[in-house]
Amino acid sequence: MWELLFPAVLNGILLGGVYALVALGLTLIYGVLHIVNFAHGTLLMIGMFMVWLLAAKMGIDPYLALPVVTLAMGALGWALYTGLIGPVSRGEDKMLLLATLGVSILFDNGMMVAFSGDTRSIETAHSFSTVDIGPALVPVTKLVSFGFAVVVAGALWAFIALTETGRAIRAVAKEADGARLMGIRPARMYAVAFAVGTACTGAAACLLLPSFYVNPGVGNVFILIAFTIVVLGGMGSFVGAAFGALLVGVIESLGGLFLGESLGPILVPLTFIAVLLFRPNGLFGRS
Amino acid sequence: MVKLNRRQFVATGAAVLASPGILRAEQAPIKFGLVHPVSGALSFSGSQCRLGGVLAIKHINDAGGIKALGGAKIDALLGDAQSRPEVGASVVEQMAEQKVVGFTGSYSSAISLATTQAAAKYDIPFCLDGPTAQLITERGLRNTFRFFPTNATLVDDALRSLDALNKSAGSPAKTAILVHEDGEFGTNTAKLLSSKLPGINIEVRELIAHATPTRDFSNIALRIKAAAPDMVIITNYTNEYVLLNRTLVQQKVNLVAVFSVSGAGFNLKFVKDQPTIASGIIDFNNWYNPKDSRSAKFRAEIETKGEPFTWEALHGYFAVRLLADAIERAGSTDKNKVIAALETSTFSDHFMPYGPTKFVAGQNQGARMVALQAQDGDIKVIAPAEFAEAKAIFPRHPLK
Repeated sequence: MWELLFPAVLNGILLGGVYALVALGLTLIYGVLHIVNFAHGTLLMIGMFMVWLLAAKMGIDPYLALPVVTLAMGALGWALYTGLIGPVSRGEDKMLLLATLGVSILFDNGMMVAFSGDTRSIETAHSFSTVDIGPALVPVTKLVSFGFAVVVAGALWAFIALTETGRAIRAVAKEADGARLMGIRPARMYAVAFAVGTACTGAAACLLLPSFYVNPGVGNVFILIAFTIVVLGGMGSFVGAAFGALLVGVIESLGGLFLGESLGPILVPLTFIAVLLFRPNGLFGRS
Repeated sequence: MVKLNRRQFVATGAAVLASPGILRAEQAPIKFGLVHPVSGALSFSGSQCRLGGVLAIKHINDAGGIKALGGAKIDALLGDAQSRPEVGASVVEQMAEQKVVGFTGSYSSAISLATTQAAAKYDIPFCLDGPTAQLITERGLRNTFRFFPTNATLVDDALRSLDALNKSAGSPAKTAILVHEDGEFGTNTAKLLSSKLPGINIEVRELIAHATPTRDFSNIALRIKAAAPDMVIITNYTNEYVLLNRTLVQQKVNLVAVFSVSGAGFNLKFVKDQPTIASGIIDFNNWYNPKDSRSAKFRAEIETKGEPFTWEALHGYFAVRLLADAIERAGSTDKNKVIAALETSTFSDHFMPYGPTKFVAGQNQGARMVALQAQDGDIKVIAPAEFAEAKAIFPRHPLK
């Protein structure tokens, strides 16, 4: 049993690392600024296509492409917010929601026209490298993803907690009018948060593609689980998102092992409901 | 400026006056309705069917059109079923009003059930391309014809091929695990396979179902590794097909064979994108006859357009060719005459791995699939022997 249980738990933790990468950007946009960003999965998909193009057409390794794709996605997030989502929504929550939904539909279908619905994947030099950890054979790609997830979570926490911009973002999230009186421009902070959150999808894309696939619908595979993790961990909490992601990864993995891959995924929503019954603000959320 | 004398003026004027008559003598084009899901979940495969259909119309028109109708050209009316049966039926209704002489389509079984029924109301002939459900040609619709194989004999044919491959290698495969998606397609096919595998002396160790989408196959790979079967047989959809095979290679699960029946993910893009993972996988599926020289030419024509070659394009192409051939045979676009021509059709101008058509209740009797294997970054036919272009690699090369 140990031969199955240990690799399953380890795999769950590493899978959680992948989920954390997607959820961290979302918790910044959704958790801190309360923008329900329906386009988050779509932006992840665009990042993955960017990585695929660089790898398949130019032979650039996804890990080497990470700085470029992260910056490019950050710039796209900034442009989207300042050029489209911000002006369309005029600061109203329901309009923000509809604007991100519109962006999602536009890009999903645009990518479908440009790339068709076909599934693409890549082989890299480290695609099949593995490391023996006890009875488990762990893919190097998952270890790298996990390591980066830890780094990204730490960097985001430091950005929000320790920097001037981070404090300004928190101020806008708590009391936009008060922040404005203090000389902070809320629209600018929204754009910065949206850009940083979108940049996270770029990093996630580089770390995902060596072990996953890409097609115009791939964002939907991650978006629901990312929202679950953000709420489960506590909205706006980076520690909560990271812990929530690991918890969901392990539950999903053990659920698959003991209940089968068909029934096993039901444990995640059950855990979600149970946690919210006893801690309505999530595991690390504040009322 | 060109100056005309009186004679030249009269001659030119007469020619101009006569020209409407000449135009009238040219046959009016006839309309074919091509109804496929080119948006939504099935858009890739639907677009491939459309690509093949449009190419067939171009070939026919370039070769002089329908000769029996005085060289009438074919106009393609292209309809999008949006991956929804009711939309497909509505598109058929609209095209029927535009007086199409025949339909081809509609890739998926669910959409084709609706589109053929809608066309049947007007008695307009319908040549199917992609769908495999038996029911489509078993409802007594006299307008519906399928040149290609159904899923009725698919499992039996696939197991016959597998048995032959296994026996010729000294029967190294004695046990199998079936991994399937938990919907109707995967579950039914897996159940059917598991009931018949003992008949070819292969013991089924386990059936493993998974949801769609499944993001991670590590646990399934662990279970397979623990059970140590000789073979893994897969029936699931494209994305999970890619992920499962990648995980099996990553986890160094050594197998005699990985086998799929009508594998949704087994295509040239997968084989070229993932040569390490795909190498040696065997799939029982639709394909061309590689021994016919026209096959390579057709594939090259698709690929020079920058499109991947798929069996869907092949099916889209021959559904149109079959319909055009029936109109040639009928010498008319009269619906009843075209349907009668299809019923007695012996269409043989093709490069599929079967002979001339013989329709019984709308289903071509000789149609069959072939065993394919990913070898050297390409897809090769390995069985039946009369169509095989490469020797099967069975058992699969061990993973390093």
